[in-house]
Amino acid sequence: MLMPPPDSAALKAAPQFVAALRDVLGVDNVMSDPRAMRPYESDGLTAYRQIPLAVALPRSTAEVSAALKIAHRFGIKVVPRGAGTSLSGGALPLADGLLLGLGKLNRILDIDLSNRCAVVQPGVTNLAISHAVAGDGFYYAPDPSSQIACSIGGNVAENSGGVHCLKYGLTTNNLLGLEIVLMDGEIIRLGGKHLDSGLYDLMGLFTGSEGLLGVITEVTVRLLRRPEKARALLAGFATSESAGAAVAAVIGAGIIPAGMEMMDRPAIHAAEDFVHAGYPLDAEALLIVELDGPQVEVDDLIARVSAIAVAHGGKGLRISESEAERLLIWAGRKAAFPAIGRISPDYYCMDGTIPRSRLPEVLARMTQLSALHNLRVANVFHAGDGNLHPLILYDANKPGELEAAEAFGSDILRLCVEVGGVLTGEHGVGVEKRDLMPTMFNEVDLQQQMRVKCAFDDGNLLNPGKVFPTLQRCAEMGAMHVRGGQLPHPELPRF
Amino acid sequence: MDFLPRTQQELVEIIQAASADDVPLSVCGNGTKQGWGRAVSFERNVSLCGFSGIIDYAPAELVLTAGAGTPLAEIKAALAAENQHLAFEPPDLGPLFGHAAEKATIGGVLATNLSGPRRPFAGAARDFFLGFSGVNGRGEIVKAGGKVVKNVTGYDLPKLIAGSFGTLVAMTEITIKVVPAPETSCSIIVDGLSPAAASQMMTVALGSTADPSAAAYLPSASQAIFRLEGSGPSVVYRCQVLTDLLRAPVRVVAAAESRDLWQSVRDLHSFRDNTSQILWLLSAPPAAFPGDIDALTRGLPDCSYLADWGGGRIWLAHAVTDIGEAVRAIRRYLGQGGHATVIRAPEDWRQSDRVFAPDVPVALLRKVRAAFDPLRLFNRGRLHSDL
Ligand SMILES: Cc1cc2nc3c(=O)[nH]c(=O)nc-3n(C[C@H](O)[C@H](O)[C@H](O)COP(=O)(O)OP(=O)(O)OC[C@H]3O[C@@H](n4cnc5c(N)ncnc54)[C@H](O)[C@@H]3O)c2cc1C
Repeated sequence: MLMPPPDSAALKAAPQFVAALRDVLGVDNVMSDPRAMRPYESDGLTAYRQIPLAVALPRSTAEVSAALKIAHRFGIKVVPRGAGTSLSGGALPLADGLLLGLGKLNRILDIDLSNRCAVVQPGVTNLAISHAVAGDGFYYAPDPSSQIACSIGGNVAENSGGVHCLKYGLTTNNLLGLEIVLMDGEIIRLGGKHLDSGLYDLMGLFTGSEGLLGVITEVTVRLLRRPEKARALLAGFATSESAGAAVAAVIGAGIIPAGMEMMDRPAIHAAEDFVHAGYPLDAEALLIVELDGPQVEVDDLIARVSAIAVAHGGKGLRISESEAERLLIWAGRKAAFPAIGRISPDYYCMDGTIPRSRLPEVLARMTQLSALHNLRVANVFHAGDGNLHPLILYDANKPGELEAAEAFGSDILRLCVEVGGVLTGEHGVGVEKRDLMPTMFNEVDLQQQMRVKCAFDDGNLLNPGKVFPTLQRCAEMGAMHVRGGQLPHPELPRF
Repeated sequence: MDFLPRTQQELVEIIQAASADDVPLSVCGNGTKQGWGRAVSFERNVSLCGFSGIIDYAPAELVLTAGAGTPLAEIKAALAAENQHLAFEPPDLGPLFGHAAEKATIGGVLATNLSGPRRPFAGAARDFFLGFSGVNGRGEIVKAGGKVVKNVTGYDLPKLIAGSFGTLVAMTEITIKVVPAPETSCSIIVDGLSPAAASQMMTVALGSTADPSAAAYLPSASQAIFRLEGSGPSVVYRCQVLTDLLRAPVRVVAAAESRDLWQSVRDLHSFRDNTSQILWLLSAPPAAFPGDIDALTRGLPDCSYLADWGGGRIWLAHAVTDIGEAVRAIRRYLGQGGHATVIRAPEDWRQSDRVFAPDVPVALLRKVRAAFDPLRLFNRGRLHSDL
């Protein structure tokens, strides 16, 4: 993966730049020693590593603003970083860029239960928000599997999902307000404790913008009342077709479960060997459906879902009768990644979405691709919303296998787009899928998106080299600079 | 000059001509909400109603793709046939402006991010807007988003387009998420409540496992009303949970009556007749209601209101008065944050830049607009004289 060539002027200015940062942030909060910066060299996509020019760890919005102003003045690039769990390389440092770590902005500022929201700094972990309000019976709904570690700022930047987003939505559906610092240091506030702020929905635009538009310094999230009860059902199927048909039938019956997950045979076996959750080893596909809500509702719906599962050939049905049983049903699915980690030195987690009806075809083609690339693949699948997570098994120590895994992964994502789906359902484009963007968007579509970036960062200093396959200067794309709300030379005709 | 393009290429040509001549265009669907926002008129008017019809609807995928000019009524009917619906429950504002009912297009609903009573519980129009294709102000055909329910590929431009009132992209095709309609519903009515008492009840209800799908206060009747939706046994149970929590005498109304009740709240039946009244839409932190609602209503002539979204949304009607005075009163009410828009007002009011929001960050929004429509061709001035 090619990153923009380091800017020699930036490398030369590094000592003055670091000194200027230290003046404002203090010596302890700015690093430039490569050894000290090693922990920041990569995120969850560990195949890529890069020591940054410097690392800054601001402690307040004002310090973030000051750091960005300095970088802007020096013309030095900035990569924001939350907890560094991104699976698409969004927080991969640049050799000529400042890595801006938001981890010290880690306070919960306000819990407002009568407005059912919390105001938090970006470095607070996803799970810490739910923990803070658990005693009052509330929680924050989006639950990425990385929730003990990932930061809410990173969640906003990636628009992260989780197994419960089928019913409760992604990050973007659970936000009320943001505070953002733009690349030039300007602080803007969007939304608040109210809904739908009117005019352009900049909060919606910033959510999922992968750190390219601004640095998130405060987040107001919605809180929900924790459901009274949750129960899970597990069933094995002889084919992925029949499991897929069961999923469609559940939704066709008007039921939107809290979660609906599928695993294929290799994933079932790896998980079962690891946690002994009692998964059916003779099944080609396994379905887990979770219902939540009041007890009567859950009991009613779980009966209906199990009837649907049986009608579609579901075998070995298990329905949780206790919290312990529910957790056991989930144990294998939740441990799917480490389970794969046990049977393969390395694995590569993909993340495309497809129209669910195309699942059997996509799995069949994936089997062919697996033979072609001579690498194994296991699938876990957010079945309710069509979000696939193929895990490609490889060994980075064998020459050529990483490249083969990447080529296999790209083929899978192209396949997702070909059948009417998309490159990424929740992990983001980052560096990983950057060069595949043209399979989904043509040049004009991409330029439109890049001009939106120019509106906020006309020097292309914030997280460049991510998301977009080419780096174009804003002026070249005809993104006119509009300073202080005025077009330059308003008297002149355009075009 | 009125244009009714039927292909993207025709639309491109209209926009390119406007660009060459530097003549702004009005861009709309059926025009039922043209009375909303600043008063602007154009020599060239483009209707997107020529892009009509459902293109693809896969109920099990929860996705529907249609021409942007497709009548909302057609989409609702197609969904109803599959027991699905638009969870954001778009209000029909046409009759507020003297238009016939049921004339809105799906593109117009999305462009105004218009949502009804279920919004705080199910999401707004923007939350269901998955993707679009259309033509930007540079005359380029652009698309963004996707046709599946879960997608984070590239910027979420549908969010930006929702609520942009046609000032960024002239949409020709849209993809939305659709969901199963609730099997049944009921409503709980509590009579004889002051705004403060109603607010307290709504806060309790919204933070409870009764999980209402709407909560409103109707001051004219001194009533708080709550809607419960879902499967049969669930609705019966949660109705009891809520009744117990409210600790007040309640009346329960069954599905049919409940539907009519919420339709009248959603479509603002009580504000339809007196069309000479100014109508505002306020969004504020829900618990801020009732706050100074009495001060607000006392300060405005012949004032009435309806509090939806558990108190978070106030529809406010009053007789014509000085706009500066009204804005001052509303700003005071929005002391804890929030936003206000004039929905309906006479022409002279609608010259003001304050009809869309008391404070518009114009400089920032202009930059965003320039990324799509650098000459400000589409609906120039509709949101602000500088936008
Ligand atoms: C084991 C594992 C399981 C996972 N499971 C899921 C899952 O179920 N669902 C899911 O959606 N994701 C999942 N992820 C991916 C990842 O956890 C999410 O993308 C998460 O939101 C990243 O948060 P972070 O704080 O680690 O961000 P980082 O990795 O630090 O950064 C991610 C991106 O956000 C930007 N960024 C971070 N903070 C800010 C900020 N304050 N302002 C502006 N930009 C910022 C960065 O520049 C980068 O582009 C998983 C990852 C792992 C390792």
